[in-house]
Amino acid sequence: MATTADTLPLKSHEARDAHHDADHKPGFFTRWFMSTNHKDIGTLYLIFAIVAGIIGGAISGIMRAELMEPGIQVLSQGWPLGSGTANFDEWTHHWNVLITAHGLIMVFFMVMPAMIGGFGNWFVPLMIGAPDMAFPRMNNISFWLLIPAFLLLLGSAFVSGGTGLGAGTGWTVYAPLSTSGSAGPAVDMAIFSLHLAGASSILGAINFITTIFNMRAPGMTLHKMPLFVWSILVTVFLLLLALPVLAGAITMLLTDRNFGTSFFDPSGGGNPVLYQHLFWFFGHPEVYIMILPGFGMVSQVIATFSRKPVFGYLGMAYAMVAIGVVGFVVWAHHMFTVGMTMEVKMYFTAATMIIAVPTGVKIFSWIATMWGGSLTFETPMLWAIGFIFLFTVGGVTGVVLANGGVDNYMHDTYYVVAHFHYVLSLGAVFAIFAGFYYWFPKMSGKMYNELLGKLHFFIMFIGVNMVFFPMHFLGLDGMPRRIPDYTPAFTDWNQIATYGYMVTIAGMAVFFVNLFWSLAAGKKAPDNPWGEGATTLEWTLSSPPPFHQFSTLPKIS
Amino acid sequence: MKLIAWAIALAAAGLTPAAAQTPQAAQPQATQANQVTGPAAATAPSERAQGQSLDAANAPAPSTPATANPTATQATETGFAYALPEKHIGVPIKAGTGIQEQVTEIGRGAAGFHNIWLLGLCAIISIFVLALLGYTMLRFRRGANPTPSRTSHNTALEVIWTLVPVLILVAIAIPSMRLLNKQYSPPPADVTIKVTGNQWFWTYSYPDHGGFEIVSNMLKEKADVKAGDRFRTDADGPPLLAVDERLVIPVGKTVKFLVTANDVIHAFWVPAFWNKIDANPGQVNEIWAKVDRPGVYFGQCTELCGARHAYMPIAVEVVPEAQFNAWVASKGGTLPGAQPAAAPAATPAAAPADAAPAEAQPATNQAATAQN
Repeated sequence: MATTADTLPLKSHEARDAHHDADHKPGFFTRWFMSTNHKDIGTLYLIFAIVAGIIGGAISGIMRAELMEPGIQVLSQGWPLGSGTANFDEWTHHWNVLITAHGLIMVFFMVMPAMIGGFGNWFVPLMIGAPDMAFPRMNNISFWLLIPAFLLLLGSAFVSGGTGLGAGTGWTVYAPLSTSGSAGPAVDMAIFSLHLAGASSILGAINFITTIFNMRAPGMTLHKMPLFVWSILVTVFLLLLALPVLAGAITMLLTDRNFGTSFFDPSGGGNPVLYQHLFWFFGHPEVYIMILPGFGMVSQVIATFSRKPVFGYLGMAYAMVAIGVVGFVVWAHHMFTVGMTMEVKMYFTAATMIIAVPTGVKIFSWIATMWGGSLTFETPMLWAIGFIFLFTVGGVTGVVLANGGVDNYMHDTYYVVAHFHYVLSLGAVFAIFAGFYYWFPKMSGKMYNELLGKLHFFIMFIGVNMVFFPMHFLGLDGMPRRIPDYTPAFTDWNQIATYGYMVTIAGMAVFFVNLFWSLAAGKKAPDNPWGEGATTLEWTLSSPPPFHQFSTLPKIS
Repeated sequence: MKLIAWAIALAAAGLTPAAAQTPQAAQPQATQANQVTGPAAATAPSERAQGQSLDAANAPAPSTPATANPTATQATETGFAYALPEKHIGVPIKAGTGIQEQVTEIGRGAAGFHNIWLLGLCAIISIFVLALLGYTMLRFRRGANPTPSRTSHNTALEVIWTLVPVLILVAIAIPSMRLLNKQYSPPPADVTIKVTGNQWFWTYSYPDHGGFEIVSNMLKEKADVKAGDRFRTDADGPPLLAVDERLVIPVGKTVKFLVTANDVIHAFWVPAFWNKIDANPGQVNEIWAKVDRPGVYFGQCTELCGARHAYMPIAVEVVPEAQFNAWVASKGGTLPGAQPAAAPAATPAAAPADAAPAEAQPATNQAATAQN
């Protein structure tokens, strides 16, 4: 299979030519608030994701501080922190608000905007040789829908949610806790927030599908597309198919809450388990939505720094398609303890395990890409290699959890928390950092500081493993999820996890120092700072690329 | 005899305020008090109640085991003493790293499957990938391999790394399916218990034993209760896991739990028995356990159920059958063979027994009342 590496001619001269007549940027307000430029919108998404990540990360800080010791120490400071209330139930309700907000923010407002909105917007058009996205104005509204969505979610923390302020339902918003169990407008606001974020993603998905199918440069066949574009293509199909189901489910929640329907209320003939089926029919594809673009980015980074084309390109592309397809028929493994028949449990056990096969293909293909290469270990490569290992660890615990009979023990314990943070916090987030360092010179035109980048990686690698590895032990020892207080036997590992959080924060501090220092005083980035391994079209353009690129379409032979 | 019955009835009346104090969660207090006091208030010291109390008082006395707590001797008069929790079984272990010790055949099988087979595979695969990465990073670093190869396919290799994982997964799936099959093939139930999750406490009722119901609330720490209220002692169990009324089941018998909820979704889980099951409102789920070792086993609600999700523990005491029968009688229940006439209305007999055991606080007061 010919890969892009063999076939893409360097086009830097053409790009520089374009630079002269295509770089008339509009004024500040028009450029950033009425943007129709995929790169600017991508930048907006990335800034948004960073802000949301800071808030979501700060919330985990409050949670880890609370879990440092048995008993309630931090939540008793009141809500917002400092304005004390003596009501114990309010304190513990606010715990539930924190876990809900942390989950929703990290999923909908950090990982997804960074990967799809940010890197997807920036690099899908560049990689397929397109001048922009297919629907630039729709692209703009996709981003701006996220702002009110995020404000609704943050605002929900300051209105009544029943026992206290905020929506304390968990990110899964299970009925009847989210219906009869949570009076007040907070849960309604959280639901509206999901509606808007979902609409934003659906519009974005339509845009990407149209762009990828219709706007590839001449010669850029589907089987020549870089793997990152493939990953986005599969991801947006998942979004398009899964999000309407979520929208339906939460709309039913909304009418159950406000208009007297009883879709999920057994006293009116409804069924709370139905909500879980609907939610996870969306929710399981959602976890692949969060990781597939990461697969794509890691593939680009590994190939670049191995100076070798991706091993088994077609296998890699269709492994993602397979993961996407099978990802739609495994949802009930999130509900193994909900009470189902043996046959259903056996089916979902078997179907879930099948996903390990294409995932294994990807892991081995990345290693085979490195095998025989000429490896250098710049910061993006470190994050990508870290990703491969930690994602493997998260993957094998996933196989453990796939066993319905074994999950009876692990379900809703910290073991599950450890598992999904290994694939998300250590998987997806590592991939985001790999992509961020990889493309930072292209996006900003400045080189980041290599030493600080590596320092960031090593500190954070140690930190997140300290946070999440002990959680396996806590889960096996019997600690349930979503509790602010625990019996003293769980203290030791929780303390190590909290220390790990502190280490992680130190790593993030290095990241922000690096970010601002590089933006202000970084060396000017060349068009292609990564050498002969970086073969995709974005490296043929200037750094940063011209405001409009490819006014003459590149030809891929 | 009649005097004794009267004394017991008095004790039951005396229990009322104590019972109203005992529940630990703030909101369910009212409900619970009703449930306990309802029958007591309604029952006159009738002949039936008398007979009941006699059974409760005399029958089980010889079989009551000695416990470390001196108050347990009082229990022998009325029938049942709660056991002391153990350090390493039935509770989370301090800084523990593995699955809690299992006390059911299903649990041991599943834990073995996890600890040996699954965990082994996890470790082998992770170490294999780590070693491959490490070797590749050393061997093919730019300094050692300045000219990269252009290899981008190897069909044989790709087939192998697709098929080998398939075989590994089949090797996992077979025991996994067998485990599921076992979990879903319970022996005929000897005892059936209805478990109901509530915000934020559990109620357990025994439909085969006269249908009596017990309400199980978490015991708070001494600092968190009003003076005179019952608080947790180490005899009750670890903090946040100890309850005021343990669920009691017989050892070596197949116990069927019918699990449901009154308000939102909860989940019933005792780690030492392995299985957990959601308690869904409007639905009755079934799990079973055949515990082969007497003892006290603690668990917690494992489905987010609102503000006090962290504070609705489960404590199950597994006892020999004779003791179980005594406990049932002390709660006003009947044995399945007995005449159906003995309704749960006979609860007053429960009062002194209830009060008896290791827990020091208001319990001793009630026992004293009964002796008067």
